[in-house]
Amino acid sequence: MNVKHFMEDRLLVFEITEELDHHACEIIRRRADYEIQRFMPKRVVFDFNRVVFMDSAGIGLVIGRYKTVNGFGGKLEMMNVKDNLRRVFEMSGILKMIPVIDSLEKEKIS
Amino acid sequence: MEKQVKNEMKIEFLSKSANEAFARISVAAFASQLDPTIEEIADIKTAVSEAVTNSIIHGYASTEGIVKVKARLYEGEIEIEVSDNGAGIENIEEAREPLYTTKGNLERSGMGFTIMENFMDDLSVESIVGLGTKIVMTKKIKKETTTY
Repeated sequence: MNVKHFMEDRLLVFEITEELDHHACEIIRRRADYEIQRFMPKRVVFDFNRVVFMDSAGIGLVIGRYKTVNGFGGKLEMMNVKDNLRRVFEMSGILKMIPVIDSLEKEKIS
Repeated sequence: MEKQVKNEMKIEFLSKSANEAFARISVAAFASQLDPTIEEIADIKTAVSEAVTNSIIHGYASTEGIVKVKARLYEGEIEIEVSDNGAGIENIEEAREPLYTTKGNLERSGMGFTIMENFMDDLSVESIVGLGTKIVMTKKIKKETTTY
């Protein structure tokens, strides 16, 4: 996972590169929570562009971070949710709760 | 008519989470003999990943045990069996309910069985508390038909 910080927007982007199963999610979760607690972002984006596989562990990962970020008034979004991932997310109903965006909608992307 | 087995395989591994990827990739590679589509392979990988993860975190919890995965190929169909000698499931019906989980603290979504049911054509679960769990799932692999 690559982590990108955009200071002026208090935006945190998690660019996931792993196959999102239970094994990988445990590792990602620890790293993501550390970054969220350190940075206290207003906005967190999970970028799934490079994810080739995801099972239900991915749902747990996103819901868990959604609760944390929501807890201090931040918002969480998902980006580049491809069809194979969308099928898994759709079953859980979290797409009704968490917005899926097409781009970061930022002028400056460093 | 009795279905004829075209090929069969069996793997066994320790209940370590790093083996989740090993299991689903092995079954997917074996299933490729039936010439499935990319979607069918993705469905199989996801279902195997769910089943094996269940054995590791529910069956064996924090202990170490052996997870067995068997796959059988028939004409246009794959049958996959995932079994463990772990804790077993007290109430299978409840466990199969969407969003039901006993491991919310591990951020499990409770969607494992729902995904297996949706991604495969058939799913059966046998379990004895204290002895283990065996799940058998099948998926039809559609033959590409060419019309002239």
